[in-house]
Amino acid sequence: MYVAVKGGEKAISAAHRLLAEARRGDPAVAEVTLAQIDEQLALAVDRVMTEGSVYDRELAALAIKQARGDLVEAIFLLRAYRTTLPRLVVSEPIDTERAAIKRRISAIFKDVPGGQVLGPTFDYTHRLLDFALAAEGREAAAPPPEPAEMGPVPRVSSLLGDEGLIENAAGGALEPGDLTRDPLRFPASREVRLQNLARGDEGYLLALGYSTQRGYGRNHPFAGEIRIGTVEVEIVPPELGFPVTIGEITVTECEMVNQFKGSDAAPPQFTAGYGLAFGESERKAMAMALVDRALRAAELGEDVTAPAQDQEFVLYHSDNVEASGFTQHLKLPHYVDFQAELNLIRRLRAEWDGAIKEAAE
Amino acid sequence: MTELSLADVTHGVGLAPLLRVAGLAKNFGERVACRDVSFEIWRGEVLGVVGESGSGKTTLLNCLSTRLQPDAGRIEYRLRDGRVAELFELPEPARRLLMRTDWGFVHQKPRDGLRLGLSAGANIGERLMAIGERHYGDIRSAAVDWLAKVEIEIERVDEAPLTFSGGMQQRLQIARNLVSRPRLVFMDEPTGGLDVSVQARLLDLLRGLCDELGLAAIVVTHDLGVARLLAHRLIVMRGGAIVETGLTDQVLDDPQHPYTQLLVSSMLQ
Amino acid sequence: MSEIASSETGGYNFAYLDEQTKRMIRRAILKAVAIPGYQVPFASREMPLPYGWGTGGIQVTASIIGRDDTLKVIDQGADDTTNAVSIRRFFARTAGVATTEQTSEASIIQTRHRIPEMPLTEDQIIVYQVPIPEPLRWLEPREAETRKMHALAEYGPMYVRLYEDIAQYGRVTTAYDYPVLVNGRYLMRPSPIPKFDNPKMDMNPALQLFGAGREKRIYAVPPHTSVKSLDFADHPFAVEKWDERCAICGADDSFLDEIIVDDRGGRMFVCSDTDYCRGCQSAKAAE
Repeated sequence: MYVAVKGGEKAISAAHRLLAEARRGDPAVAEVTLAQIDEQLALAVDRVMTEGSVYDRELAALAIKQARGDLVEAIFLLRAYRTTLPRLVVSEPIDTERAAIKRRISAIFKDVPGGQVLGPTFDYTHRLLDFALAAEGREAAAPPPEPAEMGPVPRVSSLLGDEGLIENAAGGALEPGDLTRDPLRFPASREVRLQNLARGDEGYLLALGYSTQRGYGRNHPFAGEIRIGTVEVEIVPPELGFPVTIGEITVTECEMVNQFKGSDAAPPQFTAGYGLAFGESERKAMAMALVDRALRAAELGEDVTAPAQDQEFVLYHSDNVEASGFTQHLKLPHYVDFQAELNLIRRLRAEWDGAIKEAAE
Repeated sequence: MTELSLADVTHGVGLAPLLRVAGLAKNFGERVACRDVSFEIWRGEVLGVVGESGSGKTTLLNCLSTRLQPDAGRIEYRLRDGRVAELFELPEPARRLLMRTDWGFVHQKPRDGLRLGLSAGANIGERLMAIGERHYGDIRSAAVDWLAKVEIEIERVDEAPLTFSGGMQQRLQIARNLVSRPRLVFMDEPTGGLDVSVQARLLDLLRGLCDELGLAAIVVTHDLGVARLLAHRLIVMRGGAIVETGLTDQVLDDPQHPYTQLLVSSMLQ
Repeated sequence: MSEIASSETGGYNFAYLDEQTKRMIRRAILKAVAIPGYQVPFASREMPLPYGWGTGGIQVTASIIGRDDTLKVIDQGADDTTNAVSIRRFFARTAGVATTEQTSEASIIQTRHRIPEMPLTEDQIIVYQVPIPEPLRWLEPREAETRKMHALAEYGPMYVRLYEDIAQYGRVTTAYDYPVLVNGRYLMRPSPIPKFDNPKMDMNPALQLFGAGREKRIYAVPPHTSVKSLDFADHPFAVEKWDERCAICGADDSFLDEIIVDDRGGRMFVCSDTDYCRGCQSAKAAE
């Protein structure tokens, strides 16, 4: 006699224990520490902070460890944690022009004030697997030469701006919208779009940015400036009335410079796409800048023809926490709905078979 | 020529135009697409708008049908109850309702004016369902009636127009628009892309339907042959402005403006 | 709504969400109740369960639940399916409220894909988990356009879909998440409940709340509100029927799950609503 299957609770508890065991792996192998993840898998930490929307290296490292290295799962952990955090104050805007530069390049001028500073980049490495890295405890490489004292590093776009050749990006909404407090509505203003892109999945933005380069909404981008550095985070406590530094964060900023032939309201000048990410997330910042510019097509009077230019399409599908959840929700039981479909298919099939029989007679 | 209905006269409407356009202008950045366009159209009249590509005729059509907002001018339309409304002073819901009931729009490409993946019956029935028709059988028989009227085999009522020829798709588009008995139909190169014999059949059908239903229509075309067959009156456009207007035969047989003379003389005989 | 000491709830506020978030959600719920069937946008939060797994329902429940409530959570009609277990544990951990498997004992019922067979009462609230709230989504992908269609009650295209089904298959082939008109005005998706359950929504004395976390919408059907499934006058809406009865309790009036019992395709049919089945069994045993 059939008895309804029970034991869901027990199954779940057992699954959790199996997961904990799998996470630890072979006990004879040393357990990975948060410091190791933070230091030696730093770019993974940077990505998790950026898409998790929380700047805390230790928490991001913990999320990566708990997620067994699955970065999308780690991002989810960090976002869920973020929900529980109270919002205490809004900081002053960070000033990337005053950042302590780690890396700064421009593709549009051979040299610029402040120089082309390569920094610790993969760019000119040869992608050959270095088997020497497989052994641990190597002697540290000879330290690189001390960097020269850096003078001021003005924005490359301000050089174009002095000639009036690039649009003035400053000045927008009086009060910027807040994607984490208000649901997304269309048409979305630029700062809300940028918030969405900043926490958007890097792979998704990369593909969309790439598509614009291949002709799906081409806007002739040049890398005006890519800047990685440390900035101070300041708040203005009401009792003091002046800014106070509460910490430092590393950010990557990218300004893409794009063509624009002018309209009756605006003279011919360059337009910009903007990208910003936590840590050293260069690919993300560049892709974000390409997509930002593409999404401005309508307001710049350009024909909207490509996926990367379609606001609703881009912004509704950029969040990998949402995408992962909904894609994977297909694993949940759907047998009641499937039952309804089964009944229907059987009935339709019976009618179809009946019609064939009749036709044959 | 359509006769005035008793209703027209008893409502004191008399000879008031259905649509009156005054000083319409539309620019795209620096480019002037339409400039100081003014004309009128009466019930039951087919007005042809001719000119080369770039003359502004499609922009004009899009402004009149409220798909585009003009930069200047007035478009006054006489509603079914006799009131005259300026189209862009109407609230958007009222405009959307007009587009679905009182007006039709026949696109040059059927894919723009049909739901290619749905059956012919669904395509025709849509306007009826939009205004609250809720009896499947009635909707389907109305669709079948219209298929017959536009000379499509009624057995194809459940087939998707993806499988139809270009001419059939156009005739379906016409049925889909006319099922709600509109009073004004906009047509953008309705015979574009069809071969000559198919064009002729379509034009015959259109002319017959306009007469039978007392439709007013504004037909944009670069083809003077189409204009001669369909239109009672013509507007000739060049560089965004009207250069000549008059009865079709007069304009085509005795063009006054040098540009019209050029157009007519380059017509293949 | 007083707060349980946070140490009891693992360091989190009562029912996990902070009070400001709950207030924001309650404002959305009030607006939804005031406009039956209308989708109210709300600033959905990331929850410890993934989007797509009931975060909308969880946020609605978290905003209305109190210390004295009794919560029932079902998925596919059963309390013991894995996600229902997971959600029930979440509330047990973060709110410490009493939970039950008996529909009649619950003051709040959170559900995925079914309405319980036992009729609900005025003292109950049912919270539905919604994946896609927009009934016009498959006809029109753009949100900007569907909002206009709702504002202007332009629902013709939905009827076109139904027409097409009848033309191709002789009947409407939508078997679940069947669209309804609420209070004669707004077109609504009831969530993927089988159409068998649609009639239960009409004039129900309980408050019905719908939460879509990922899509960030809340909507509601207040008690005693008309909910009509879309149909044509000559093709009226009809629910599923089975030839079989429940193999365990013998009920012939409930939604039945099909269970495959051997590898020769043998199958049996069993009530999807496990609490209802248990109730019928006890009633039979008592006879």
